[in-house]
Amino acid sequence: MMEFFTFTDPNVRMVTLGSILLGASAAIVGCFTFLRKRALVGDAIAHSILPGVCLAFIVTGSKNPWYLLIGAVIAGWISLLVMDYMTNRSKLKTDTAIGAVLSVFFGLGILLLTAIQHSGRANQAGLDKFLFGKAASMTQQDIITFSSVAVVLLLIVLAFYKEFKLVSFDPDFARAIGLPVRGLEFALSTITVLSVATGIQAVGVVLMAALLITPAAAARFWTERIQVMLLLAATFGILSGFFGSFISYVAPSMPTGPWIVMLLSVIAIISVLFAPERGILARNRLQRQNTRKMLLENILKTFYSIGERNTALDAPRTVTALQQKRAFGREELLRGLQRLRKQGLLSHNDSDAWSLTAAGIEESRRVVRLHRLWELYLSERMNIQADHVHNTAEAIEHILTPDVEEALLEELGHPELDPHASQIPYASKKDT
Amino acid sequence: MKTAIEVHNLTVSYHRRPVLWDIDFSIPEGKLVGVVGPNGSGKTTLLKSIMDLVSHDSGYVKLFEQPLEKVRSRISYVPQRESVDWDFPISVEQVVRMGRYRKGNLLRRLTSHDKDLARQALQKVGMEAFADRQISQLSGGQQQRVFIARSLAQEADLYLMDEPFAGVDAASEDAILKLLQEMKQAGKTVVIVHHDLQTAREFFDWIVLLNTRLIGAGPMENIFTEEYLKQAYGGQLTILSKVADLVKERDFPIREKQYRDKL
Repeated sequence: MMEFFTFTDPNVRMVTLGSILLGASAAIVGCFTFLRKRALVGDAIAHSILPGVCLAFIVTGSKNPWYLLIGAVIAGWISLLVMDYMTNRSKLKTDTAIGAVLSVFFGLGILLLTAIQHSGRANQAGLDKFLFGKAASMTQQDIITFSSVAVVLLLIVLAFYKEFKLVSFDPDFARAIGLPVRGLEFALSTITVLSVATGIQAVGVVLMAALLITPAAAARFWTERIQVMLLLAATFGILSGFFGSFISYVAPSMPTGPWIVMLLSVIAIISVLFAPERGILARNRLQRQNTRKMLLENILKTFYSIGERNTALDAPRTVTALQQKRAFGREELLRGLQRLRKQGLLSHNDSDAWSLTAAGIEESRRVVRLHRLWELYLSERMNIQADHVHNTAEAIEHILTPDVEEALLEELGHPELDPHASQIPYASKKDT
Repeated sequence: MKTAIEVHNLTVSYHRRPVLWDIDFSIPEGKLVGVVGPNGSGKTTLLKSIMDLVSHDSGYVKLFEQPLEKVRSRISYVPQRESVDWDFPISVEQVVRMGRYRKGNLLRRLTSHDKDLARQALQKVGMEAFADRQISQLSGGQQQRVFIARSLAQEADLYLMDEPFAGVDAASEDAILKLLQEMKQAGKTVVIVHHDLQTAREFFDWIVLLNTRLIGAGPMENIFTEEYLKQAYGGQLTILSKVADLVKERDFPIREKQYRDKL
């Protein structure tokens, strides 16, 4: 293992560098595949290049990576054309076309591969690596070939970055301004095929689509900017390339592809879970915050509606009294009361009763005001019956922002009464 | 008066079913034109055929008396808002700058002049405060304004907009209407697909009334007559749609070879 990390062995250096390059280029090319919603097509292409690689070997009798690449690209392209033809010319839907092409081409590839292995050719050993990949088995020539293709792919994306972006976002507009959209789409498809082909030896055709799509999908969780997304995806690709070559040295009997997929999956799972805003945890946190906000505001509102009856908003109320007014669970009510006390909106007296502080009164008036304004808006502007507006307002009152409140007041002309003829409470300075 | 658009005998199919039959009209320069008709009457298809985004079965379109390819830089197209994925990871400003992309500047970066024009366009639609926003965070009306800003950045003479008022809030509608008036004043021609008859009367001074066939094209007051509207909204012609179904079913060509219209 030390031997790997010191990089004293030139072969280790080469393989690692090569894997990193093709990881980065596949990830960046994959961003456009992902953004154009062609992830499955990428997978189909990856599987479809196998027969091309095998045929190239059968025809030339050589494992020269250039021949194999040419075979791969031709097979990849034919698979794309067949998919297009099937969706345009027959009544088959895209998913059917993708599934059919993937399995037929891959099946053909496996047939050819088996035929080669049983042909007794001297140099056929190693072709089976194309299925699941083996980074360490790449020869110097393989590495140079695949790496230079990877560099060319990166340069192509750099050169046509703004056009690729537009074609992925809005192809109709691109066509309308006269961009050669067909040519650009051809270029995008070709670099997809090529980047899949560069990975055949390090990752293998079966799992190459993961190196194409997973970095992009994971990167999308962290950012709203396409530039950042490309850089992040490249980083994930580099990490997986590095890791792949590492595994290939430490565990020579292991195929590289599945390991790279494992690492990428970990990255993806972390992204799905922990990314700010888009991640599941962030969304859960937001929902918990919403629930808490609703609880707190509902408690304040309950104080208000008890106080409104006997005009003493700041009088102490017991937990039982609050529960009689509104069906709170005891646990959550107590938790909410404590929290409101910490926020300085409630005070707690010796006889275990709670009362609104001055700030609490203000806040409770705000919540009730929003509720009643919304009820009025529903009944006046949306012609909803007065006895139907309450339930909607119960939820909406919690999400109305100050500027929406302002707009409501403006539109409704600072009304006095809600549809049930209850007073709409304004901030106290206006009130007194 | 010069002609901005001439549509000659245009027939277009969608999924092999004819949706526009022998459409023939022309529009003078400097008008605010509404393309109006019921759902499925071929309004969007007409706009797309003018921009050559769908292929014609017959007929041709001339813009400023030339084929599209010759005058493309003078034409701006605003697709339907729903035609793109608004969750795409780019900012408002990046979208507007796309209006400065050209066939000629492939491989080249945008100049600072391009960026200024994009900025100005964003100002014109009142969205400069949103320049750095990700586009998914916008309301429908704001998204529409971004599309219009991108189109303004093109500095064209003829604008083709597909339903710019669909799903738009009152503030955005006002902003767009004001812009349209300014564009008209500047001598631009604006063609707008619109589905609301009430507002069409107020917005436009020229109308193209469609229902898979052309009902009428001309000044608003000539076209918005009871007779024309009845034809447009009285449902599709039963025999015509039956024939369209036959064409689709048999995969039949719309024109025999020797009758193809040539540009």
